[in-house]
Amino acid sequence: MSVKTFAAIDVGSYETSMKIYELSGKNTMREIDHVSRRLDLGTSTYATGKINPDKLDELCRTLREFSGMMKSYKVDGYKLYGTSAIRETNNTTIVLDQIAQRTGLDMVVLSNSEQRFLDYKSIASKGESFRRIIEEKTAIVDIGGGSIQLSLFDNDTLVSTQNLRLGVLRIQELISQMKVSAAKMEHTVDEMVSAQLAAYKKLYLKEREIQNIIIVDDYISPWAVKRIGKQSEILNASDFDELLNLLRSKSTMESAKALDVAEERVPLVYISAVLTRRIAELMGAVKIWAPGVTLCDGIAYEYGESIKMFREEHDFERDILACAMNISKRYMGSRKRAKTLEEIATTIYDSMKKVHGLGKRERLYLCLAAILHDCGKYISLMNIGETSYDIIMATEIIGLSHREREMVASIVRFNHSDFTYKERVSNRRETDQDTYLTVAKLTAILRLASSLDHSHKQKFKDLKAVLRDNELHLSAETTEDTTLELSYFATKAAFFQEVFSVTPVMKQRKQF
Amino acid sequence: MKENSKAAVRTAKIKFTDPEYYTNRELSWLLFDHRVLAEARDKNIPLFERLKFLSITASNLDEFFMVRVASLKDMVNAGYDKKDIAGMTPKEQLEALSKAIHELVDLQYSTYNRSLFPALAQNGVTVIKSHEQLTKEEGAFIDRYFEENVYPVLTPMAVDSSRPFPLIRNKTLNIGAMVRGKNGDEDLEFATVQVPGVLNRIVELPKRDNMRRIIFLEEIIERNIHKLFLNYDIVSAHPFRIMRNADLTIEEDEAADLLKEIEKQIKKRQWGEAIRLEVESGIDKRLLKFLKKELNIEEENIYTIDGPLDLTVLMKLYGLDGFEHLKEPKYIPQAVPQLPAGCNLFDAIRKGDILLHHPYQTFTPVVDFIRQAAVDPQVLAIKQTLYRVSGNSPIIAALAQAAENGKQVTVLVELKARFDEENNIVWARMLEKAGCHVIYGLVGLKTHSKITLVVRREEEGIRRYVHLGTGNYNDATAKLYTDMGLLTCSEPVGEDATAVFNMLSGYSEPLFWNKLALAPLWLKDKFLYLIKREQKYAQEGHSARIIAKMNSLCDRDIIAALYEASAAGVKIDLIVRGICCLKTGIPGVSENITVRSIVGNFLEHSRIFYFDNDEHPEIYCGSADWMPRNLERRVEILFPVEEPALKEELLHILNVQLADTVKASVLQPDGSYAKVSRRGRKAVNAQEQFAKEAKEAAKAALAETVATKRTFTPAEHQRD
Repeated sequence: MSVKTFAAIDVGSYETSMKIYELSGKNTMREIDHVSRRLDLGTSTYATGKINPDKLDELCRTLREFSGMMKSYKVDGYKLYGTSAIRETNNTTIVLDQIAQRTGLDMVVLSNSEQRFLDYKSIASKGESFRRIIEEKTAIVDIGGGSIQLSLFDNDTLVSTQNLRLGVLRIQELISQMKVSAAKMEHTVDEMVSAQLAAYKKLYLKEREIQNIIIVDDYISPWAVKRIGKQSEILNASDFDELLNLLRSKSTMESAKALDVAEERVPLVYISAVLTRRIAELMGAVKIWAPGVTLCDGIAYEYGESIKMFREEHDFERDILACAMNISKRYMGSRKRAKTLEEIATTIYDSMKKVHGLGKRERLYLCLAAILHDCGKYISLMNIGETSYDIIMATEIIGLSHREREMVASIVRFNHSDFTYKERVSNRRETDQDTYLTVAKLTAILRLASSLDHSHKQKFKDLKAVLRDNELHLSAETTEDTTLELSYFATKAAFFQEVFSVTPVMKQRKQF
Repeated sequence: MKENSKAAVRTAKIKFTDPEYYTNRELSWLLFDHRVLAEARDKNIPLFERLKFLSITASNLDEFFMVRVASLKDMVNAGYDKKDIAGMTPKEQLEALSKAIHELVDLQYSTYNRSLFPALAQNGVTVIKSHEQLTKEEGAFIDRYFEENVYPVLTPMAVDSSRPFPLIRNKTLNIGAMVRGKNGDEDLEFATVQVPGVLNRIVELPKRDNMRRIIFLEEIIERNIHKLFLNYDIVSAHPFRIMRNADLTIEEDEAADLLKEIEKQIKKRQWGEAIRLEVESGIDKRLLKFLKKELNIEEENIYTIDGPLDLTVLMKLYGLDGFEHLKEPKYIPQAVPQLPAGCNLFDAIRKGDILLHHPYQTFTPVVDFIRQAAVDPQVLAIKQTLYRVSGNSPIIAALAQAAENGKQVTVLVELKARFDEENNIVWARMLEKAGCHVIYGLVGLKTHSKITLVVRREEEGIRRYVHLGTGNYNDATAKLYTDMGLLTCSEPVGEDATAVFNMLSGYSEPLFWNKLALAPLWLKDKFLYLIKREQKYAQEGHSARIIAKMNSLCDRDIIAALYEASAAGVKIDLIVRGICCLKTGIPGVSENITVRSIVGNFLEHSRIFYFDNDEHPEIYCGSADWMPRNLERRVEILFPVEEPALKEELLHILNVQLADTVKASVLQPDGSYAKVSRRGRKAVNAQEQFAKEAKEAAKAALAETVATKRTFTPAEHQRD
């Protein structure tokens, strides 16, 4: 049985940590080492937009140590991810170059949605426990330093995810600015968060009843794990009250001893506990599960998938699609139309595989673009392309990086508006060759697919697509008049032909 | 039940931290030195071993002065008057100590003069007390010896108006003389010369009347001192020795507030002030007066000695060849049954945990653990903490080799190990040169834990092999100190070991510990929890028992917890070699506690802790004593031994020690120690029994190998 050793490094705003894993078949991930160092990158970044040079030195020193440890374990691969503290620097590119120069390690900066998606995968890495809990209505409460992410599950599929700027460090910073006394702290935190939580409930939660909450954080999870051991057991709300009572009644020093954490962590634990309690109340959840996973677990899980060692036990793609569906629903999109378009588009995509050379991930972009293809209608029927683009760019889709989201948004946009050739763009941010070409190819496919359902009447049934030499033969059954569709098809075919040098030919298999 | 509730009522009234219930640690330490001295006085022990014990009491006392007495002096000088565990101020302690030390020294010399000196003569060795007793031929021999060997290395110093009192170095032996100038000056002047430490202090003369004759170096110099001060007449010459408060570091035992106090009053501290002056009895009064004045030393710190100063010289005498019949036969540490010579340690450890009992069993497997790891292609990393290692340590060599072979080697070297600093720096640099990652200790904490981690990449993935011990990684002392070691590849322990080294490298603590308990953060609570758990069982009417073996017991919280447990009915047997601040036999407090101390040929050093846990016994070993410095100011590790057979073995060790009737002394309610009464019991000497058992086990294992394998095992070259 082959075993792969992998290092996952998370440069967070409060802590930099590395976990070493051994991955073997059957989705088994064994953590064999875990080092973390308190390294506050967040404070200077959030305040000035730049990482304090001393902190950068310390970061590089730590990463060099990590690199040494990776060598000693002879790791087969590593991933070094930076999160918000790196993301929010004004000179991210320079920082990344510095790190590469000084440590020999390549850092990738995660967008919030990617980061949350990995957190989500980290929970999924818990396997059976995870699958069991999401059978019921469940929310993931992912508490970070800068913000928290609330994700809802329905029928073991992720249905919505929202980011609220209520991170623990952010709240602590505000509280210390306000000079709130210890006694008033809980009340103040409550007031601070209740407005945002109320809005969240009104817009997203609605009448949904949530049974379970899964907590991902660095503050109360250690307490929970210590309390219940490694067998990811589930806490009741009353266990939480116990924790809160302890924090309320004891001094920081006493709490630190009772919880077996460093004193400086106690206020963060307190804030995290208050937040969790409030959210649990809001959702009506009674059970709380803190599996004690960290971003590193998700990174390793993702690596396991990427080297085809892990089979997906949970369909993460379906989660992403379900999220997109929910966004579409929010903007009054037609589920049926989206479905038809998705079907047509993917049929074309699959038949063109040899020509476009794209993979599974790109297919997902196409599906997402099909689902969100006209969400801009909600704002205006005039500029659907532009408004759709704006909506997609302003909405988080869990699991997609910023770049990926922009690709999806662009495909949707060019489905309606003229395609913007790269060469014509001078002042826009430079997009790389691959991204550009992928957008062009997927746009061509989506346009062709849209043309076949231009009337939104799902006239073509059972579409078949076969690639023969330089022609793509499409055939479908229909009993209806398709004049409109076929004329649009002819127009859209031009761009398709331009991109692929393949001429699409439509044939109707009339049914009488 | 009624009985219990009565006890509870009684308990409620007792304040277990009352100083009345505690013994001062310094006085308790002196009792330990007395127990060692008792060995020197024991006629059943071979003569040369008795010399060795007497020598040990002397070197012990020297260290005690430099560290403990010096600290107390600091406190007094700084005006620090916080009371100790037994309610004594530093000043009171010094007063009590001065009296007790004088008594101890008197006993040392009466032992030497009345027992050992005559016994030596009976066995054919004459120690010539003074050079005046030499024959003419011997005198000539000595004078020639002086001129050839001694004279070239001497640095005589005279004191007069132009030359101030010279620096007399700490712990050195010197000869002071009153001299008068040959120029007709009437005034007496002082002159001194150090007895050089580079020369052997015992010099053997040619045999006479079939007796071997020994003279000490200071006598030779004294005889020839006129050759050093040619312009003077020697009026009188006598050896003297001083001990200085030269310990520049504040003892870790002392409280942090003391440190602040001293920092504040740093000028008050007299660096290098003399705290003990030893002089020969019959010293010229003028010479003594002069020394007293120049050294500014109080009367109570002057020790008038009837015999040779600095009895550590007896260790040299012990080394004389030709007296093997007057020494304990040298014990050869035995092979460990699970680890036949030449075996692959990793394969052996995978078969099950292995317990090592040193020095009865050989330390070689521990050295081999590193040696094999250094050359094993599957080994990725070796990590180790080193506290005190031997000079020319094979472990250091193996670590260096491992680094050269491309293994990641991390070594934490404790530079603060007392008196070893310089030595440690030398080989730490050597390790660094070889490519090891060396951590030079932790700021503010001594790393006293003994742990080695070997990370190996095997077919099924990473496997961690761990050695945990109660004694230092020192192949030399492992032949003399009794210690426990555990070799294991248990995954939970391996995970913890990784976490230990991550913490030592400055990373955050792990989420939780599987098996190990670490000082200074968790260990004390763990012990208190274990003691309280026994107490709870006792209160519930179950049987409850604690057996704990350690070197010193002086932590107030632990002792108070033991008192409380005892009061609740827990039966507690303690085996404490040295300091014990706990008192036994106090009604309602410590009636259920016994304390015994074993002083034998080997230095008792292992720490073993047994908790009955309602008949689900847990046994732990560790590097920590129940002392505040171990529990609060050091990195220490306590580890459980969990395999049933090994637990049995440990319990057996404790039980044999509890049954010892030869070397064990029992603490009496009056605070003294008395040898166990042998009435009606057969003689049990725990150390001898362990030695015998180890021999038998090794023999049986060897026989079994031959019988089952029907092959012979060629002996390999032992690099030891």
